[in-house]
Amino acid sequence: MKDMNAADITGEYREAVLTFHSGSSRKVFYTEIESPMPDGRLIVSRTDLNGNITHANAPFVDMSGYTRGELIGAPHCILRHPDMPAAGFQDLWNTLKQKKKWHGYVKNLRKDGGFYWVYATVIPNIRNGEVSGYTSVRRRPSKTKVKEAEALYRTLE
Amino acid sequence: MSYTFTVSPDFNPDLISGWFFFNTWLQKNLNEPIHLELYNDFKSQRQAIENDEIDLIYANPFDASSLVREKGFIPIACPDNASDEAIIALNIDSEISNVDELQPGLRISKTDDPDVNMVCSLMLEPANLDTQNTTSSTRATYVLVAKDLITNNADVGFFLADTYLKLSEITRQKLKTLVCSDIHDIHHLLLAGPKISHKRDEILENLLTMAEHEKGLGVLKSLGFTKWKAVEQEDTEFMIDLMETLES
Ligand SMILES: Cc1cc2nc3c(=O)[nH]c(=O)nc-3n(C[C@H](O)[C@H](O)[C@H](O)COP(=O)(O)O)c2cc1C
Repeated sequence: MKDMNAADITGEYREAVLTFHSGSSRKVFYTEIESPMPDGRLIVSRTDLNGNITHANAPFVDMSGYTRGELIGAPHCILRHPDMPAAGFQDLWNTLKQKKKWHGYVKNLRKDGGFYWVYATVIPNIRNGEVSGYTSVRRRPSKTKVKEAEALYRTLE
Repeated sequence: MSYTFTVSPDFNPDLISGWFFFNTWLQKNLNEPIHLELYNDFKSQRQAIENDEIDLIYANPFDASSLVREKGFIPIACPDNASDEAIIALNIDSEISNVDELQPGLRISKTDDPDVNMVCSLMLEPANLDTQNTTSSTRATYVLVAKDLITNNADVGFFLADTYLKLSEITRQKLKTLVCSDIHDIHHLLLAGPKISHKRDEILENLLTMAEHEKGLGVLKSLGFTKWKAVEQEDTEFMIDLMETLES
């Protein structure tokens, strides 16, 4: 995946190199600027079996800071934030592989280097008994739950 | 053979005559007898569905799931640009201006509209509120939910956004919106049951060209729609996946 572009970043930033499950890596720039999810917003996305985005609703486009064109076809880890432990995503994929629903608190990285927390649910889409892709809905988490997740994820890094 | 058509009970009461016009228009165009049966609540409609008494239904997204996955209904069309959003409203004098300010013990007034209740419950999550630390009363109509707010019998009310926005001026003035959902991807749709599914394409063709004829256009207007758009099986499966994702 392409590295982030420093020209897209708003505000003071730090740099990190993320290594993905696939072995590929990406240089990211991130700031301490939070864009809280507005109340009532639901982010909807769908991916193919490999986690490449196939559908993005308007709130998703808006919150991520990317254009719809940039999101469609991109791997979902385009949102991966350096503060998210790999173990969380391992659990997500393990759960999905068992054709089960996954829930979790996720800190996402925006194109402009900022972040937003979500409570995410992901389910496998089953057609004629086979998994054909995945659907995810994300919503605003409670502040106490985010604090708990932050503390937990620091211990998992 | 005669067919039975019904509409999800959460429709706006102002549109009753619109649905009767629609039914008449459809009968003429298909040249088949179709009877419009409207139910007062979800319970009686579900019973009719269970008894296989329904052939055509303008269903809400929640009921569409079981109709498609359990009863073998197939999607036909939905109004263009339609999306079902939900609103949590308050008494105009309430001091609450943000979901985070809501406290345990919250009194909720709602209808038995399943998708609205689900989405509104999600919107209370950021305040750590759920069925354990709130109480709720279920009313027969949204008008009665509004009344609960006005008389301070409830702290918040759950509404279908379309219906809330069409409450009478006098009622609206006494209420305010705390939060409105912003989902875009779920909506009501017209479904065909097994007995009439062989006519699905014919019905669809009629719906898609409805706006081109004076009569059809008038009927569309009476329903507050601009036009219909085709819904394919996969579109519906997607919406059902979404509803499943939301049901925690
Ligand atoms: C439907 C779906 C939605 C996902 N949403 C996110 C997300 O919002 N943020 C994120 O970092 N990863 C998300 N993931 C997980 C990524 O695919 C990926 O596993 C993760 O970013 C970590 O990267 P890695 O598994 O390649 O190491 C999602 C996966 C699926 C299937």
